[in-house]
Amino acid sequence: MLRKLMGAFVLTSLVLVGCSKKDDNVILIGNFGSMTGSEATFGTSTRDGILLALEEANNEGGVNGKRLELKAYDNQGKPEEARLNVEKLINEDKVVAVLGEVASTRSLAGAPVAQQNKVPMITPSSTNPEVTKKGDYIFRTCFIDPFQGKVMATFAVNTLKFKKAAILRDSKSDYSMGLANFFTDTFTSLGGVIVADEKYVSGDVDFKAQLTSLKSKKVDFIYIPGYYTEVGLIARQARDLGLNQPLLGGDGWDSPKLVEIGGAALKDAYFSNHYTAEDPRPEVQKFIENYKKKFNIVPDGLAAAGYDAAKILINALKTLPIIDMAKLRDAIAATRDYLGVTGKITLNANRDAEKSAVVLKVADGTFKYVETVNP
Amino acid sequence: MGELLQHTVNGLALGSIYALVALGYTMVFGVLSLINFAHGEIFMMGAFAGLYTHRYVMSHFAAPQWILSLLVLVGAMLGSAIVGLIIEKFAYRPLRKSPRINILITAIGASLFLQYGGQLVFGASPQFFPDIFTKTTFNLGGGATIDSNQILIFIVAIVLMAMLQFLVFKTQFGRAMRAISHSLETSSVIGINVNKIIMITFIIGSSLAGAAGVLYGVAYPKIDPIMGLMPGLKAFVAAVLGGIGNITGAVIGALILGLSETYVAGYLSSTYRDALAFIILILVLLLRPSGILGTKKIEKV
Repeated sequence: MLRKLMGAFVLTSLVLVGCSKKDDNVILIGNFGSMTGSEATFGTSTRDGILLALEEANNEGGVNGKRLELKAYDNQGKPEEARLNVEKLINEDKVVAVLGEVASTRSLAGAPVAQQNKVPMITPSSTNPEVTKKGDYIFRTCFIDPFQGKVMATFAVNTLKFKKAAILRDSKSDYSMGLANFFTDTFTSLGGVIVADEKYVSGDVDFKAQLTSLKSKKVDFIYIPGYYTEVGLIARQARDLGLNQPLLGGDGWDSPKLVEIGGAALKDAYFSNHYTAEDPRPEVQKFIENYKKKFNIVPDGLAAAGYDAAKILINALKTLPIIDMAKLRDAIAATRDYLGVTGKITLNANRDAEKSAVVLKVADGTFKYVETVNP
Repeated sequence: MGELLQHTVNGLALGSIYALVALGYTMVFGVLSLINFAHGEIFMMGAFAGLYTHRYVMSHFAAPQWILSLLVLVGAMLGSAIVGLIIEKFAYRPLRKSPRINILITAIGASLFLQYGGQLVFGASPQFFPDIFTKTTFNLGGGATIDSNQILIFIVAIVLMAMLQFLVFKTQFGRAMRAISHSLETSSVIGINVNKIIMITFIIGSSLAGAAGVLYGVAYPKIDPIMGLMPGLKAFVAAVLGGIGNITGAVIGALILGLSETYVAGYLSSTYRDALAFIILILVLLLRPSGILGTKKIEKV
């Protein structure tokens, strides 16, 4: 009898703990990202950017008298976990909106859940065009890959005067596959030739076989639209094999870890990105200063993108005295000419932002600004 | 021509690392008829032990580079040996008289325990193995190159394998080990300290895996707690290919696997690289289950 009673007691207390009290003075915002794993800095930078935006809003009195709080989940870089993250955020935590992911493959895994439940989702930095096609509740506050591919192809042909390219792409990543295709389109239309198109799989550590076959092809440069961990390893192995051509890439390169992994091998390396810390605009410098104060590190592009996405969500929330998902969706969709850290953001009919990109050069362990490309 | 030579150099370097791991599989199988599925994780532990030894030495002493690299290698081998020893003592020894399947499942459990325990201790994000050696690249002609790390891999692998060969075939311990591989019961009857020999076998196999972990970290400087999974499986395939239980066979199998993986990734597509190892495994099991150098024997796994 006593044991039965004890059992009942334990069960009730579990149930009580399970349904945590909902605070009426708090607006809960969800975030999912890869905070551990090979793309760990993507998730942590984005989360920190969001946290800073929320803190600033709370210091100014919150949104309509309510405090903003963040619920962030780590998906370890796995698409199946990303989907679970979003389900948990929406069904258990009852967030008003979801911010994330960085990697397009994981945004594509999470987006259908947000769409089904009609909860707005804003991806700060997934650039594959398919992401926002998942439905009218899915937004993005960065440029898309057809533009990003064009930026690097134009830069290679017009600025660097290159004609022969090799591509090394990640066959497991929607981002990498898409970006490589868009790059190819513009590059060939500008008179360039893709001499070799090799593949790897995210998580690989040995790229010597692919690089060796590139070596005999005598290309002007190698385009690697991948993520920083693999890019760093590829750069090292390319230089080991005597491939000294410039390396070009996309925003997946943006991480302080890139230089840690690639080291001196990242000589003559350029990539397209959302923002540069050298941008003199006051909103950018103020963001960098506040971010450094809070996290003791210069923010990367993904932190800036996360910050902007959160700001746009906060601005939309401010227009709504009573939160209603459909109205929140409309308010986000109405974003026009928002002056963000990553540039001027206007959401178009496809719920994508049209904005400029920057080209950065890896030099002495930092990323130096080279040029800005407007859409 | 230069391309083929380059692929061959890369393949042999990869194969040498597989060989060091495969030796551990084959030795343990030789004495216990057990496939130690945690061996890939012992390899991973070696890489981390090497990393932490490097950090410790760097922050405490100003050691010359050759001493530092030697310490890293020894630290890794020691770390792996301890992990191997613990697994043997607490996971396998109590089950030595149990049915094969129990001990096999325990091996898988130990493997998972180390993978996820490793994530708890080292963190799930990858860490980057330091450049222990200054790298120089040598030209081999035809555009092919070999770097000092690859040469080092060959040297360490050959030296360790030669030591192992000597140990197994020229010493008292080796004779005892070979006796156990013939019959565990008979060996204990004729006065061989079976527990001690098995322990030493685990120590040797694990420390070879630890050395492989460092060499792997030097060649591919990204290490994480689940890094042992694929190389572990590949080395297992190599051991089966060469004839499990046979030391020379494991080395030959590993070199064949390293070369064929590199050729496939270089000339066909890297998509088939991982598939290849398992195609080889299936073909070997179908066509020559005892492997290239293995002896025919009915197994009761």
